Amino acid sequence: MLNGWIGNVLRINLTKMTYAFEPLNYEWAKLYLGGRGLASKYFYEEVDPKVDPFSQDNKLILSPGPLTGTYGAANGRYMMITKSPLTGTIASSNSGGYFPAELKYAGIDLMIIEGKAPHPVYITIYNNQVAIKDASKIWGKNSDEVEDYIHSVFHRDAKVASIGKAGEKQVLFAAIMNDKHRAAGRSGVGAVMGSKNLKAIAVRGTLGVKVADRLKFREAATDAFRAIKESPVTNAGLPAYGTAVLVNVINKNGLLPTRNFQDDVFEDAEKISGETLAKTLLVRNKACMSCMIGCARVTKLVDPRYKAQTGEGPEYETIFALGSDCGVSDLNAITKANYLCNEYGMDPISAGATVACAMEMYEKGIIPQSDIGMPLKFGDADALVKMIELIGKREGFGDKLALGSYRLAESYSHPEFSMTVKKQEFPAYDGRVAQGMALEYATSNRGACHVRGYMISPEIMGVPEKLDPHSTENKAFWTKAFQDVTAVVDSVGMCLFTTFAININHITNLFTSATGLDYSVDDMMKAGERIYNLERLFNLKAGIDPSQDTLPKRLLEEPVKQGPAQGMVAKLSILLPEYYKERGWGSDGIPTQEKLKELNIA
Amino acid sequence: MAKRIRIEPSKCIGCKTCELACSFKHQGMFAPSLTRIYNEVFLEEASFITVTCQQCDDPWCARACPSGAIVKHPDTGVVEVIEEKCVGCRTCVSACPFGMIKYVEYKQKADKCNLCGTDYPECVAFCPTGCLTFEEEDAPLRNKILNYVNAVKEGQVGV
Repeated sequence: MLNGWIGNVLRINLTKMTYAFEPLNYEWAKLYLGGRGLASKYFYEEVDPKVDPFSQDNKLILSPGPLTGTYGAANGRYMMITKSPLTGTIASSNSGGYFPAELKYAGIDLMIIEGKAPHPVYITIYNNQVAIKDASKIWGKNSDEVEDYIHSVFHRDAKVASIGKAGEKQVLFAAIMNDKHRAAGRSGVGAVMGSKNLKAIAVRGTLGVKVADRLKFREAATDAFRAIKESPVTNAGLPAYGTAVLVNVINKNGLLPTRNFQDDVFEDAEKISGETLAKTLLVRNKACMSCMIGCARVTKLVDPRYKAQTGEGPEYETIFALGSDCGVSDLNAITKANYLCNEYGMDPISAGATVACAMEMYEKGIIPQSDIGMPLKFGDADALVKMIELIGKREGFGDKLALGSYRLAESYSHPEFSMTVKKQEFPAYDGRVAQGMALEYATSNRGACHVRGYMISPEIMGVPEKLDPHSTENKAFWTKAFQDVTAVVDSVGMCLFTTFAININHITNLFTSATGLDYSVDDMMKAGERIYNLERLFNLKAGIDPSQDTLPKRLLEEPVKQGPAQGMVAKLSILLPEYYKERGWGSDGIPTQEKLKELNIA
Repeated sequence: MAKRIRIEPSKCIGCKTCELACSFKHQGMFAPSLTRIYNEVFLEEASFITVTCQQCDDPWCARACPSGAIVKHPDTGVVEVIEEKCVGCRTCVSACPFGMIKYVEYKQKADKCNLCGTDYPECVAFCPTGCLTFEEEDAPLRNKILNYVNAVKEGQVGV
């Protein structure tokens, strides 16, 4: 008997307004673990890769992992799997909070949402009691309002995931918010939910998660817990300053993208740093379920320009996208724009980076002021806040920005100003400076992304060991290893941040004692590799060919202008062939039959 | 003085690890619905409050129990349910004004915090921030008094 998993899949068909529980496919679970991996397997088997992301044939799968709902290493995460409307790739977007664990306590390993509701609905789940209800009273409301409403009409202790206006209006980078301020942020998963007329999912669970060997699991959890409490990153940096602790670090290393990647050192970094945030807006830090780090920032914004408000954020990525990338050094305005992203329910990285792209094209005279309706210069904090609002509502110029920077720049015949891979905007590290990160961006299965293989960890932070960011040496090996281990972390239901302190041995010990499967570290890494290859196969079948494993011209050809990495470009022509080889793929970037056979995929 | 679980709400980050540790130890699974310690999260106020049984000197639950199944240990002061004697009538649940004793369906018995009996309290062992401590002295109370004292002291400066 296997534990960790509950053994149930909840399938909801919104077209027919029906639901059914079915047994979990344990053979797949053994190969793909859970979370991102297992949901991707279901998705791969059930959905045509060529599907239009907004058609009713696209599906949305919510997937906690076998460790979600337990303790030891921030085991409170889940994944949203769908085909992304932004990238056309398989998308998996991760979030924490309390909602993911509650799914497990309700007895659900996977929740597969199919079809499209005839009118706006929301779903309530109380253990095995499921209902699909009319959402006309909450359509148009933000995540805070939706959650309060559901608490009043359904259950005070229900945990809620919902979309805001951006999801309803299918902003291509709309997020799914849960527990008010946590976001499955990237790749437009919220837009897919909106296209299905699904406003919210509320769940209350009173059951429990069992593990196979209680003593061993407690031991493994204690080991992980200790390691996390002993690491300066997870026990000091992140709790004290949140992810924004990186602003100064990354800026000093000369890879904080500034003004749409035209610069890499932001002159006003100090004003938007985690240290400044802690001194000014921070109320306290906050954790997700079972997390000992507590990186979330609860902030209070008091500024005569805005209504006084308590909210969450900004995170490091947000500070980059809404800050340095737009040349904005006004931390209050960044925080306000972040709150707006939370309220409308959209990814602040893509939102901010798209505004940054528009700013550059405005300054270069490519986008006329008449199209925007106002000047849009780098550094204009008020214009930034206004644009974010317009995107969330899809009004005016915001309607164009809502399609992301690639489609925006392409519509003005200058796609080279879009800082994207596979049409998804870069996060907050310039790949010209950290060569491993460049490789990760080019090869990530959901387009530009930092949390599929966080090479900043070895290249800048020196975890688990320090690599020279400017060198290409061994980067293919490391990037593959990071991508595979991340696939494991995302699949068992843990938070990636714990891996600053714990390693694959800890994860394997937690997984094996929870599930009862006698897996070695190699077995786990193999599962990670399997997941990565399966996603790759989906993308290839979706028509995302290996020629898209590339970077914008700016990163490949325009040297870094200043800072410690001055003169550098991303050396992708060296990195990519090495990476394909490391992956055991053909030189054309396509997984070979031997590789697929070795991984039990074919 | 007997040792008690001391709670310092300002140190709580709302991770609910205490609920997980408690239910895992005593109910054999991770199930916040079966915990004996409660970590409530108020998102809007950024407030996290943890409560558990304070092992009353004259416990309402024990007084109300018609079968003598709840006893207060004379040495430790721990108020404990003797499961063999408990008939599952739930009178104690009604009697406790704090809601800190509950009826657990799978074992058909009343269930409450016993400070983990002879073991070190599991919730305290796993609390990542030191919000929970197991001490004879009430350090959080002492800190509150010191804060107050310091405020008065500040007011005295220059007088």
